[in-house]
Amino acid sequence: MEMTAAEVFFQQVVNGLSNGMIIALIALGYTMVYGIVELINWAHGDLFMLGAFFALTLVGIFGVTEASGMGATGTIVVLLFSSALFCGTFNYAVDWVAYRPLRKAPKLTLLVTAIGISFIFVNIGLFWGGLPMEVFGGGNSAAAPKDFPPLVPAQALFGNEEKVHVSVRDGLVFGVTVPLMIALWWLVRHTKLGTAMRAVAQNPTAASLMGINVDRVIGATFFIGGALGGFASVVYSLYNNTISFQMGFRAGMDAFTAAVLGGIGSLPGAVLGGLLIGLTRSMSDQYLETQWTNTIVFAILILILVFRPSGLLGLRAKEKV
Amino acid sequence: MRRTVRTLAVTSLAILASALAYSLDFGSTAANAEPQETKVIRIVSSLPRTGSANAQTTTMVNGIKMAIEEVGAKIDGYAIDYQDWDDASPQRGNWDPQVEAQNAGKAIADPLIVGYIGTFNSGAAKISMPKLNEAGLVMVSPANTASELTKPGTGDADEPMKYRPSGKINYFRVVPTDDLQGAMGASWAKELGATKVYVLHDKEVYGKGIAEVFKTSAGKLGIEVVGFEGIDPKASNYRSLVTKIKSKGADFVYFGGTTQNNAGQIAKDLRNGGVKAGFMVPDGCFEQAFIEAAGAPNLNGRTYITFGGLPASELKGKGAEFVKKYKEKYGIEPEAYAVYGYEAARVLLDAIDRAEKKDRESIRQAVAATKNFEGALGTWSFDENGDTTNRIMSGQTVEDGKFKFVKVLSGS
Repeated sequence: MEMTAAEVFFQQVVNGLSNGMIIALIALGYTMVYGIVELINWAHGDLFMLGAFFALTLVGIFGVTEASGMGATGTIVVLLFSSALFCGTFNYAVDWVAYRPLRKAPKLTLLVTAIGISFIFVNIGLFWGGLPMEVFGGGNSAAAPKDFPPLVPAQALFGNEEKVHVSVRDGLVFGVTVPLMIALWWLVRHTKLGTAMRAVAQNPTAASLMGINVDRVIGATFFIGGALGGFASVVYSLYNNTISFQMGFRAGMDAFTAAVLGGIGSLPGAVLGGLLIGLTRSMSDQYLETQWTNTIVFAILILILVFRPSGLLGLRAKEKV
Repeated sequence: MRRTVRTLAVTSLAILASALAYSLDFGSTAANAEPQETKVIRIVSSLPRTGSANAQTTTMVNGIKMAIEEVGAKIDGYAIDYQDWDDASPQRGNWDPQVEAQNAGKAIADPLIVGYIGTFNSGAAKISMPKLNEAGLVMVSPANTASELTKPGTGDADEPMKYRPSGKINYFRVVPTDDLQGAMGASWAKELGATKVYVLHDKEVYGKGIAEVFKTSAGKLGIEVVGFEGIDPKASNYRSLVTKIKSKGADFVYFGGTTQNNAGQIAKDLRNGGVKAGFMVPDGCFEQAFIEAAGAPNLNGRTYITFGGLPASELKGKGAEFVKKYKEKYGIEPEAYAVYGYEAARVLLDAIDRAEKKDRESIRQAVAATKNFEGALGTWSFDENGDTTNRIMSGQTVEDGKFKFVKVLSGS
């Protein structure tokens, strides 16, 4: 089955957008937290990894293996929301234990703390992967990558005759990420909490003088950011079928790059950055060589930082959230 | 200022404590060595024990232990002490150059150590080989297959001599090299009807080396090589690469690399991307962990694995005996490389037995002089490069989530 040049191009656009949407969802968690406390939350990628382990544990407990009609849809919805709840709560707790006592501390202290939390998360992941469950390979090799059952089929969404293969999985990625992004936008723009978040982002002192409970708002931001990471972890696992305790580093790195590319602190910027990275990766894989892909992505990041230090959408968006 | 003083005090205390612990460690070693009646010599193995290679290396270590038990852990009045070292780190989930370098240093520093069994990964061997060579410590690898470690003309101009700074040969291996395995893989691919092959590798010494041999051999056999690329072993998926493979019209895909470098994910993405091409991998993926990582449905009936030897089920004579004893003792099937761990230990023990003096140099000479060794892998010798004269290789597929032996690939 030969593909024409145009088909190849559109196929790569599909690949790039799907990967980019997952990156964007993780990047949103980075950018929200940065917008409100100016912390580059290094542990975010690893929180995302723990979300995937949580989801696989649920899969193991309930013994789900194959995609099967409505049952599978239900399972996926349960997985998405429980993993989001888990990650959100975890992120909230970490803020409460580790970052809240450091609100007045220099920003560097906060950053180093986040790096420390990241190490703790990675080691929790390593330990988790060694639990004696069948889904973790019986716990024999904790560090080995884990196979996540293909609950979502990879078959084409619009029939197999299509030359450009848009799979059910690509559908899942868009079906989950787009509504979440709209919901987040609505939350930040049109709710009381969103208004409070924007106020705290602009000036915490003034916000607290206006009667906003700053700690509660920051806590809510950590919860929402974490929950987005939780959603992303399930989407990622269903899309790629492999999880590993080390995956947080690469995912976090991509998401962080996306957030900086789009302008850290800007929500549309994170989405734009994620999509750009996804597309750059797939185009580089196709038209250059795979071994150059990482170089290209980071070269673009450096160029953006040199010529537009606040990112693509960073300057225009005065409000940080 | 006071804080600086305190930090200094704490740091120096810590250094002192670790120095003490270190010397105590050596103290106990010396105490073992001194007793008049039993003298101890030590063998160590350096294999990746952390990460997904663990299942494979566990069976190799079991093989080594069985070989030592067979001689009653005693040769000519010397007790044989064996230590199982890890050359992987959890950070990498794979062999780690730093850890391998530390292992080599530790082995050289311990005067009791007379034999170093390792490494598993060819890249790791490149690190410890020159160090151990200078120290004159014999190294027997059960699993390295990169040709340039021993064979002149298969790598850079200064290879393999740069791994032998002393000029002597201290490195031996019981497994045939990639220049043979890659070439046989290519001719098997031709038999399977490959006409356009896409060659991938993991950018490591082993993976890139064997992929290059495969590419060259495929070209000679008239198979068109439509792509040759190094992958990013940490990528979350290879969708875009799979699209590219499809767009080039490849009917066969070869991946030179190991399970630890994401071979499983490639298999997943090939099938999910609707690529019908056959998928061939070398012995770096010949372990149950590969099937676990890839998911059996993504491999069944479409995957071909070459191996520089025979799988456990096809071994004859001493090899078959080993497999039987292994199953009785551990209750599971040994992985493909278990018998190579066993063979490496046996050939080393045999040399220790033949050596006049039980020092590093005599044992090195005895290993080098190994001729017509009746081992679990047949009767074989070490040639002038330190390679085995064994040439038997095999091809297997995956069926129902299990490796299935297909045929012996004859060497040339």
